[in-house]
Amino acid sequence: MKQLLVFIRKEFYHVFRDRRTLLIMFGLPVVQIILFGFALSSEVKNIRLGISDNAEDVNSRQIISKIRSSDYFIVSEKKIGYGELEAEFRKGNMTAALIFPNSFGNDLLHSGTAPVQIITDGSDPNIAKTVVNYLTNIIQAYQAENFGRAAGYQVVPEIRMLYNEEGNGSLNFIPGVMALILMIVCTALTSVSIVKEKELGTMEVLLVSPFKPIWVLIAKAIPYLVLSILNFTVILLMAVFVLGVEVRGNVPLLFFESILFIITCLSLGLLISNATNSQQTALLLSLMVMMLPTIIFTGFMMPLENMPVPFQVISNIVPAKWYYNIIKSVMLKGLGFEYVWKETLVLGGMTVFLLTIALKKFKTTL
Amino acid sequence: MMLVMPVMQLIILPLAMDFDVKFVNLAVVDNDHSTASQKLISTVTASGFFKMKGNASSYKEALQLIQKGQADIILEIPPSFEKNLVRENRQQLALYADAINGTKAGIGSGYLLSVIRSYSLALDIGLKSVPKDASAGAIDITYSNWFNPLGIYRYNIVPAVLVLLLTLIGGYITALNIVREKEMGTIEQINVTPVKKWQFILGKLTPFWIIGMIVFTIGLVISALVYGIVPKGNIFLLYAFAMVYLVGIMGFGLLISTYSSNQVQAMFVAFFFMMIFMLMSGFFTSIDSMPGWAKLISDLTPVTHFIKTDRMIILKGSEWKDVKTEFFYLVAFALFLNSWAILNYRKTN
Repeated sequence: MKQLLVFIRKEFYHVFRDRRTLLIMFGLPVVQIILFGFALSSEVKNIRLGISDNAEDVNSRQIISKIRSSDYFIVSEKKIGYGELEAEFRKGNMTAALIFPNSFGNDLLHSGTAPVQIITDGSDPNIAKTVVNYLTNIIQAYQAENFGRAAGYQVVPEIRMLYNEEGNGSLNFIPGVMALILMIVCTALTSVSIVKEKELGTMEVLLVSPFKPIWVLIAKAIPYLVLSILNFTVILLMAVFVLGVEVRGNVPLLFFESILFIITCLSLGLLISNATNSQQTALLLSLMVMMLPTIIFTGFMMPLENMPVPFQVISNIVPAKWYYNIIKSVMLKGLGFEYVWKETLVLGGMTVFLLTIALKKFKTTL
Repeated sequence: MMLVMPVMQLIILPLAMDFDVKFVNLAVVDNDHSTASQKLISTVTASGFFKMKGNASSYKEALQLIQKGQADIILEIPPSFEKNLVRENRQQLALYADAINGTKAGIGSGYLLSVIRSYSLALDIGLKSVPKDASAGAIDITYSNWFNPLGIYRYNIVPAVLVLLLTLIGGYITALNIVREKEMGTIEQINVTPVKKWQFILGKLTPFWIIGMIVFTIGLVISALVYGIVPKGNIFLLYAFAMVYLVGIMGFGLLISTYSSNQVQAMFVAFFFMMIFMLMSGFFTSIDSMPGWAKLISDLTPVTHFIKTDRMIILKGSEWKDVKTEFFYLVAFALFLNSWAILNYRKTN
């Protein structure tokens, strides 16, 4: 036992001496949280709208001022002919255009219908759809206020946003960032650490010593286990204090599930380290093969249900996906263990499976 | 690997990345069970926006569905829905949306609101005589999406993936390059030759630059064959941009290389910066929605500019005069990064 502790201490020294990697290990989640929390948003805001008001009557002015006062648009008015529109879009100055024909007000009052045209830059379809939605809502609200029927049925829906009354746009990302960081740190760094010994030749020395090979692996994994728990805590604290996210669930349960996931990632790291003898390959494998699937198949950046079915099936093999669901349910929805026992079981099963293979394949002789 | 990777990425990423909100899982709680409520439910079902997750018998049961993640929105119809509609002409409905994913909740409830609105109107016309001035003041909104009328998300993603390819090859591989020589010790031998610093660095860059352009070409061919995306604009303009951008990114990789002492570190640092660049560049999220300080950072990265112009040239057919400012940005970046790398590289330690 004392031998093991000595080894663990040595491994800790190794980790702390590589300042740059340590910095990145802790800096990465901080940067990501700040980015995801403040800079990136899937909301559509600050839309550059060009309005061509060919009517310039009371009605069109009223609609335009309504649009200006909504926070979504940056309005610039120009008198552009239809033919020049394409050139304007090509310059990239405008995301959408709203055109009032010159008989707008007249048509509205006398003939009953008045057309307006919205043209969007369809390069980003989601933005295009959202712009049409926003503008349609504003115009229809104007119509209802000024020309609406007093009588008539009104079915009035009241919307309540569950779990997120403040409308925090970053909630979705936080469990994703956790999964990503833990996966990167544990898998990549652990595997590199073990392979480095192989590359440098010091692994041989360790193997011929009376020290059991299993303890070597465990000693290498422990510093990363501890650091990852620390990392997870940092992310949690940042989410609560910097982003204002409310942790609704059971915190010990959160830690338990995270430790389970960390062990899963460590096993993966071990497996990778068995498969290769060069640090470069180990890092490449971990980053490319583990990270990209984690980003895509967890569902935190891109909705899983939109992907083709084979992708959805593949996503079940990615441990991060299960972890992401668990964190979402426990931290953001405040659910208890009875809701996540299935995912926990899957994660536990994966861990046992990976560990067994990794340990079996670990060559005790070179 | 260098050839397989672009193919794989070009095929997997656009297939996986579809941000469209297509199906929203809806659970309905009908406390009224009247004709009007049945009509509402059938109107909602017929709209095609929702995957109906069945009728729950109480709000609590429906909430369970949300907790388990099987439903995204609950529509609750209060008891005496029909009665109140007929008597008071007004009735409230309750919608509960799982707002953890803000976009989905927003778009899903938007769909539901518009379906309810059309249900309202239909009720009106069916059950009461239409008032005289109802037809006045109807604003007829027509809209069209240019450059991508069907709103296919792939058109947006594929040009960005092309940029991603160049970034990976340029950034990672050059970052590893000099460090590998440092680690192996062969750099000492080069340092003692009379080869000048800039000749050395240029020599390192050139083969990878050629490979990068080949990969870019393969990428364009795949996008045309697999996705039917053919650049609308001038293809020479596109290549000019790609060439300058590649030099810039390679300069960045080299810079990282000169600051790192071993390969693992270099890769990690490169990965860190690449991730920040990709996230801030408008690949996944729109730049317009960013706060001012974030936009500034985004503007400072060459990736942003190339993604913007790449999309512009391919999808909209933008011409030289539209993109020339961006071009000069990229040239400036290339010069800046490469000069820094050359200056930082020391022949003696």
